[in-house]
Parts: sequence; structure tokens; C-alpha cells
Amino acid sequence: MAAPEDREIDAHSGRETTGHEWDGIKELDTPLPRWWLYIFYASIVVAIIYWVLMPAWPMVNGYTHGLLNFSDRRNVAADVRALETARAPQYERLRAASNEEVVADPQLREFAFAAGEAAFGDNCRTCHGAGGAGAPGFPSLADDVWIWGGTLADIEHTITVGVRSPHPEARQSMMPAFGRDQLLTRAQISDVTEHVLSLGPARARENPNATAAARGAAIYGEQCAACHGATGAGDRTLGAPSLVDDIWLYGGSRAEVRRQIELGRGGVMPNWDRRFDPAMIRALAVYVYALGGGEAAPPAAAPAGEGEGEGAPPQAPLR
Amino acid sequence: MWNFHKLLEKHTMILIVGILIVVSLGGLVQITPLFFIESTIERVEGVRPYTPLELAGRQIYIREGCYTCHSQMIRPLRDEVERYGHYSLAAESMYDHPFQWGSKRTGPDLARVGGRYSDEWQRDHLINPRSVVPESVMPPYAFLQRADVDAGRAAAHLRANRVVGVPYTDDMVANAAGDMRTQGDPTAADYDAFTARYPNAVVRDFDGDPSRLTEMDALIAYLQHLGTGVDFSTYEAEAPGNLR
Repeated sequence: MAAPEDREIDAHSGRETTGHEWDGIKELDTPLPRWWLYIFYASIVVAIIYWVLMPAWPMVNGYTHGLLNFSDRRNVAADVRALETARAPQYERLRAASNEEVVADPQLREFAFAAGEAAFGDNCRTCHGAGGAGAPGFPSLADDVWIWGGTLADIEHTITVGVRSPHPEARQSMMPAFGRDQLLTRAQISDVTEHVLSLGPARARENPNATAAARGAAIYGEQCAACHGATGAGDRTLGAPSLVDDIWLYGGSRAEVRRQIELGRGGVMPNWDRRFDPAMIRALAVYVYALGGGEAAPPAAAPAGEGEGEGAPPQAPLR
Repeated sequence: MWNFHKLLEKHTMILIVGILIVVSLGGLVQITPLFFIESTIERVEGVRPYTPLELAGRQIYIREGCYTCHSQMIRPLRDEVERYGHYSLAAESMYDHPFQWGSKRTGPDLARVGGRYSDEWQRDHLINPRSVVPESVMPPYAFLQRADVDAGRAAAHLRANRVVGVPYTDDMVANAAGDMRTQGDPTAADYDAFTARYPNAVVRDFDGDPSRLTEMDALIAYLQHLGTGVDFSTYEAEAPGNLR
């Protein structure tokens, strides 16, 4: 324990040695670089300041909140509130407007379309496809064929309550599984398949057997016509798709039509009132409405059309 | 002071005692807060232990490494809340052993995927993700549809979770195998007893094949339950008592 003044100074570097010596090898006592040492002390000070200012230590009841009272949750709540405030004027208009007014007001329609497009991309696109193109079992939203109705009000209602969802007012329809539950024999299902294929344009593609189709027509009249209609036109109030438009939810080949008669599949769409406020649902409805096949409301105040192609979309100059 | 340090350097026993003191202090600083960690977890209504079928689905989720691409943690950031829903609460993963928060999002966050898509979509998507999401890079999991879930293991899973603190009752453990089958069969006889044991549990044929209880059933049951426990229309996460 030599006092500093006793310590040997290394002649070469001018540094003190520690006084340790091993077979003539001595250890320099070079101090830590000043810059390093000061940063080290500063980081200790910063840590202590952080404890004081920010939430840091769990305690028996709760935790130390810190002088700044910082909270991620409060911050995100404030962020979301700021966003809501920024959107509020347009959302309020959207909420208050009637469906006809939304369609008629270009500015409001454009806002709803943009908001709806964003929400659609995050939530609906997964099933209904980009641009509402649809997939087997998930209806296309880009055509003008609607199972539950294609007016703005219909679409809005479908998004709100869902299809076969837990919502008490959910859109409900149930096709029996004629094959799986053995309501019809295999031969009968074959006959009905032929009849269904003969109802619409699929006739040209699949060449249904006329004799079998005639037998199937009788069974169709008993089992299917109640929902799908005698001519196969479908019934939107029951959610029974048209069988004559050659748009098929589960595919339009002979095998696919037959399989649907056997299994009576029906998809589930969630009720989005749990996740979205009414204004956002309306924005989504406007977006879906504008995808291609929106229909005019029955009194037809909106400039919408039932037809296909260029003339139909009521939202012509949307972008 | 520097001379005192030389004392430490030159006497082994003093050095050992010094090391013990420093390590103990460091340990206390790290370990003590864990005893009070409970105070940082909010109390919420609605979070219940997983049903046996959901638990089996969770095991499949872990077995297949879903966590390597999917997180289950919605951070309190505006953009995430806008996209995925309410940010995750610690209490929502209180029965997760181990938790599946994850840190990698090749796919989307799944913390609130429950109820977002239909069973049919989940099934199609697991069998062939590209059939419903053309740009998806997720591998197909069609084999889940062909593998039966082993209900015989249900009770052991529940017991193992009970050891680490999940409050499964003796009743739940005793009925584990039956409960697993019940949840996949809406016509099962002990529907009422099952839903009494597991409030808000969804009883459905998840995989569209009522004749079998497959791993597909289990995984979809688990996914459909994710993030559905807490009712955010009544729970106020920003209330002063709930702020964390």
C-alpha cells in the first residue's frame, strides 16, 4: 500500500506503475480516458433523472408514476382523440346525411370512399379480395349481383349485422344439406343439378341432360323453389341467390353445383358494429357501393343504375 | 478510497465478501420488483382460462411456430389501434404460458383476430393461404385437417397449466377430455355444463367436418377466441385506476 508519491514512474511512458511486478514485468496504472469516465458518470445521472421523471419502479400498490406522469395509454388515447377530432366534421356529416345525400354530394362521397377503402383493405379484403373481387365462398362485391341487396342501405345493414353472425338481427339464411343429411337421394341430387344448370346461361357450358333436368324440375319445385323461386331468380329477402345469372358463390361447374346441393354451405360474415362506429360502416358501405354494382334505392333519388358496364357506377368521377 | 480498493485486491476473503455484497444488491434490484409485478397488471373482466380445445389449438400454434411470423401484441400506438383494434392489455395474456406476444410481423398481428373472419375463411386460409389472400407468403397447413386432436391429453395439459398458476378447477380437469369434444360439437349433451365452466366459449364445428375433432378444429377455436375476452365497450383502459 504504497502512497502515490512512492510509486515508480515508468520512464518510457511517464505513467505511474501500480507497483506490481512479475519477473520484471510491471503494470502501468493508466487512468480511464476522461471522456469515457464523464459519459459513464453522466449516464448514471441520466438514469436517476429518468427514475424521477418517468414511470420506473413497481411498488406494493401501483408503481412510481414519475414527475412527468408519462403514460403510453394516455398518449395513444390522445392521439386517437386527435384523429377523431380531425375526422369529426366529415364523420358528423356522414352520420347525419341520408344515403341519397351521401351519393349526391361529391365531397362527402369522396371522403367516405377514401375512409372506406382504408378500412376495407384492413378488414374486408382478406375475404372479399382486393377491390372486392371475391373468392369461392366469399361473394364478389365488384359485380352487380347481390345476395342481400345492393342499395347503400342494404350494404350498410349487411356490414352492421353481418351474415349468420352472432348479432341478433344478423342476416340469416340456411340452405339444407340435401346430400349430407340425406334429404334427397344421390340420383335425385343429380337430377336437380341438371335442372339448376339448365335454368340459366350455364346451360350452354354444361349441356345439362334434358330428361334428368325434367325429373329434377319436379324435385326443384318441392325443395328449392320456396327460396330460389320457381324460375331460379332467387329472393333477396331470404338471401337466396339467383340461379339464372351464372354467378356462382361456390362455383358453377356441374361438380361444384352438385356439391353445394349436397352440403348446403353458407358462409359467415362478422357483424362489424362491434369494431366500427356507424359513420365508418357508412363509409365502408359507400366504398363497396362504388366498387361496381351499387344499386339505386327503390325511390331512385340517386343517380345509380342496375345495369352493367360503363353506365352503371353512380360514382363516376370519384378520383 | 483508491487505497481501500488495493485492500480488496490483495485480500481474497475481503474480495469474496465484497463480490457477494455487490451481486446480492444487483440481484435484489432485479428480483424484488417481480414480487410486486401484480400491481402493474390491471384487473379486467372477461378473461378466462383457455378451454381444453383452445389450449390444444394453442399448443399447435406453438408447435407450428406461428409466433415466428405473427405477433399477439397490439402496441399502444395510433396506427396499430386503428388497424388491429384496442391495444393489448397485460391481463389478456395472464393465462398464457408461455405468452405469444412475439416480435416479428411477417404476417399480421393476431391479438384480436377472434371473430374477425369466419371459420370457413380460417379453414380455407389454413389449407391454402393463396386461395383467399393471393399475395400471402404463409405456408399451407392443410394437414391439420387430417390430424385428430388427442383428447386424452387434455387433462394433463390443464394440470400442467394449473402448476404454473392458471386457475383450472378440479371440475375442469376431470371433464377436460369431454369438454374438448363438446366444444367441437354443438349437439353435445353437456353443452350447458361446458359453457358454465367456460363462460363465452363458442361451441361450433370449427373445421366443417362434424364427424371428427381435428387439429384444425383446435387451432380455429383458439384463433376465434383470441382477444375476445375483454368487453371494450365497458372497460376503460384510460381510466385513472386502470392506467399502467
